[in-house]
Amino acid sequence: MVTNVTNFGRSGLSDWLLQRFSAVVLALYSVFIVGYFLTTSDLDYAQWSAFFQQTWVRIFTFLSILSIAAHAWIGLWTISTDYIKPTGIRFVFQAVCNLALFTYVVWGVQVLWGA
Amino acid sequence: MLVVSVYRYNPEKDSAPYMQEFNIDTKGADLMVLDVLHLVKEQDNTFAYRRSCREGVCGSDGMNMNGKNGLACITPLSEVVTGGKLVIRPLPGLPVIRDLVVDMSLFYKQYERIKPYLLNDTPAPAIERLQAPEERDKLDGLYECILCACCSTSCPSFWWNPDKFVGPSGLLQAYRFLIDSRDTQTRERLAELDDPFSVFRCRGIMNCVSVCPKGLNPTKAIGHIRDMLLRNAT
Repeated sequence: MVTNVTNFGRSGLSDWLLQRFSAVVLALYSVFIVGYFLTTSDLDYAQWSAFFQQTWVRIFTFLSILSIAAHAWIGLWTISTDYIKPTGIRFVFQAVCNLALFTYVVWGVQVLWGA
Repeated sequence: MLVVSVYRYNPEKDSAPYMQEFNIDTKGADLMVLDVLHLVKEQDNTFAYRRSCREGVCGSDGMNMNGKNGLACITPLSEVVTGGKLVIRPLPGLPVIRDLVVDMSLFYKQYERIKPYLLNDTPAPAIERLQAPEERDKLDGLYECILCACCSTSCPSFWWNPDKFVGPSGLLQAYRFLIDSRDTQTRERLAELDDPFSVFRCRGIMNCVSVCPKGLNPTKAIGHIRDMLLRNAT
């Protein structure tokens, strides 16, 4: 057993499962949003805004944002442990990634539920 | 004439490794790479490599031939030579002791870590622990590994984390004991593997499968280990 403190879910299995689950969510959301663009002609602001007024669209979008954050965190953590061997530099890289992803999540909430 | 370029490094004399070329007359025969190495050694007897059984059983002459890992003794020239040139390097990712001889300590350490022997806490029977033919069949494709290290040293995940990732060879053996009906420590074995490195550093690129000289499939075994971990989890 290799001890880890910085990975997402403490266990390799939960990270692996979460990465697969988030990938499925992102695939479904991609199909959904591309499908919306293809089936909606002359899309304007009013339509776009009304579309995102629907609670289920907001929930699905927010789930996708969380999925991106989790998926990216697990992936970037893996890459950093592969290629960045000095512990200090790796921790800084991981902290920057975490901060960026956290910012995206909060920003996403603001966009979805803000004015 | 075959041009053979071999990796040379003697840490007692050389400041850095270098490639040395030899012209070898194969007399038109489709020799095995190991035979060619003997001809190289006839020209320069300071050239060092490991070999023993010369028939693909002992696993000592694993090396990188024109970019692909394999056993020199069972690889014919016709399989690897392109453009009349053969480039021989040691197995990638392991420290070089001299020329083609690599230090396999980390590889063996990972093998030792998975406890490659039967663990059974029930009282020993008078004769032997019996297995049904179907239970024995599950070990096929697993027990044949000869620990030549061709797979693990072709795996980027093992290159970057040889101290943490068990590697394809070790994981194939881990599954060989996880699936053995005579072993009673399945849960303990799985608990040892449930971290982000030991098993899950495998990204499924299947380099191990493409180089295994025994035609084994470590990626499939790793998939089975993941399934077992998932089934045992809550």
